[in-house]
Amino acid sequence: MSVHDYIRERFFPHMWCAGCGHGTVLNGLIRAVAELGIRKRNLVMVTGIGCSARISGYVDFHSLHTIHGRALAFATGVKLSKPELHVIVPMGDGDGLSIGGNHFIHAARRNINLTALIMNNRTYGMTGGQFSPMSGLGIKASTAPYENIDNSFDCVELAKAAGATFVARTTTFHVNQLSELIKAAIQHKGFAVVEIFTQCPTYFGRKNRLGGAPEMLKIFKERTVPVGSTKKAEDPSLIERGIFVEIERPEYCDTYQKLIERAQEG
Amino acid sequence: MSEQVREQDIRFVQGNEACALAAMYAGLDFYAGYPITPSTEIAEILAERLPAMGKKFIQMEDEIASMCAIIGASLTGHKVMTATSGPGFSLMQEALGYAIMAEIPCVIVNVQRGGPSTGNPTHVSQGDVNQARWGTHGDHAIVALSASNHQDVFRMTVEAFNIAETYRTPVILLFDEVVGHLREKLVMPKPGEIPLVERLHTSVREGVNYHPYLPREDGRLPMSDFGDVHRYNVTGLFHDMWGFPTDKPELVEELMRHLIRKIDYAAVSLTYHKAFYLDDARTILISYGSSARSALALVERMRQRGQRIGLLELQTIWPFPNQLVRQYTEHAEVIGVVEMNMGQLVQAVRLAVKKPQRVYLINRIDNRLITDKDIRQTLRAIQGKGV
Repeated sequence: MSVHDYIRERFFPHMWCAGCGHGTVLNGLIRAVAELGIRKRNLVMVTGIGCSARISGYVDFHSLHTIHGRALAFATGVKLSKPELHVIVPMGDGDGLSIGGNHFIHAARRNINLTALIMNNRTYGMTGGQFSPMSGLGIKASTAPYENIDNSFDCVELAKAAGATFVARTTTFHVNQLSELIKAAIQHKGFAVVEIFTQCPTYFGRKNRLGGAPEMLKIFKERTVPVGSTKKAEDPSLIERGIFVEIERPEYCDTYQKLIERAQEG
Repeated sequence: MSEQVREQDIRFVQGNEACALAAMYAGLDFYAGYPITPSTEIAEILAERLPAMGKKFIQMEDEIASMCAIIGASLTGHKVMTATSGPGFSLMQEALGYAIMAEIPCVIVNVQRGGPSTGNPTHVSQGDVNQARWGTHGDHAIVALSASNHQDVFRMTVEAFNIAETYRTPVILLFDEVVGHLREKLVMPKPGEIPLVERLHTSVREGVNYHPYLPREDGRLPMSDFGDVHRYNVTGLFHDMWGFPTDKPELVEELMRHLIRKIDYAAVSLTYHKAFYLDDARTILISYGSSARSALALVERMRQRGQRIGLLELQTIWPFPNQLVRQYTEHAEVIGVVEMNMGQLVQAVRLAVKKPQRVYLINRIDNRLITDKDIRQTLRAIQGKGV
């Protein structure tokens, strides 16, 4: 099947701002799914609320656009009740790691077979550019007019500590890697997290004088290095991308099936 | 022992156990919950029984997640339930509204305890009656059922699943701590004794346009499971017949009216109640849940003394059975609404009856079960007989 078969073309052009990185994420995701050749009836996308959440309207999967922060909780219900489905859960940084932070760590702890994508643009775009738990110190936002004094999470470290068995990071500049990592995440058996840096020129870029989309993409290019690169040792402020964790551990739905067998033995 | 009795499956159970047994009788496939007093026994029983039936139980990280998980599981074609008490019910409100908007069948049990806030976890109240009606934001209709004894807990639990599937709606079971923890006899209904409603699936074939939100002539909306051939969108936004977001004024209005009317128009068939000695009653008590037990005890005692008193026990709380209450109370001189709160259902009764000045609240609010004596005492005061 071609990538066009996986999208709902009648809803294009999409509603994201000019220069937004979310369309690039959609592109990478669709290519990953198309290359894996997954049947559309076996694909479910669950999203929360925010710019990121609107991605579920554009894919020709079973799509579940839910409430703010709770996508992983809905997805857990979908997956456990019908484990044969592929469940992909794109979230924003505020959606997934602020209001949805609890569900994020607990889905990771269970190691339930979900593909979690954190589309990290370091801001709440839909509500007008407020700071998120991923904005970082010193950032300007519409609710941080002086500067942001909140520390940020490291999504990769958080996912690792919570028990995710596949953890990766990339950016919307690295489109091939983006697609490859999503592919690997979907194929991984267990809770998989891919953090994707995505640009919000409308709010984050403008308020922090980072320029437009091309300038922001250039930052992704220049300020990130592959995992294990020697450049990171020379300049610790560089951010690594690639696969950080890829391990096998019993998956929740599989373990549940064994529990059923045990319970039925009596 | 008669042959008939010997054939019966008689149990001595808690109300919470009766609820869990009824849920399994109704075909519960998936339960998600979070521990909270006084509802926890429901989760404990299902944690043991569901896996043995090849079905799913999951303890989620909180009540928000529990409510969300059952909605997700309902969409894959399963009968789902969660159970909680006041604080957990508060946390579920946003996702409850989602289930109303997206028309997802599900059952939510609230075993009421003292509130607000942490309140009185191990004691009884009926303080969530209006929360069940209006807890989630926005205009909406809701179905909430109650029961005063275990036979009725069983019956109402099964009906909750039936209503959820028929009308594609969440249904709240509004029990209370006394009913939940009390142990009494339950005669297990035989398979088939209480009819079950199964999910209505679409007959539209693959490749033909399926409209998940286009009601049939009879008002029902056939569903298609996630994982089946039809792919559609589910959202908490106002949406069109395909499930895609819209803010077109005419579609917003149409959906709002549909969501309210599907429950309102069915109100009569959704009404469950019990009438005790109402034919010639001049004093009518209206109650529900455990307080109806005390009300009935008093009514039976006073009837023995020849007093014309009766009880209307409401098992359907919402949609409020206005017509029923108006008819039964037409000739009543005193209408006493017995409940364990500061006066919640009494407001609905006042709106329903012809003479609201004859409606009195008979309550107890110290989180102890209201007794027949308590009711008697208040009745005497109302009737000017002194206390």
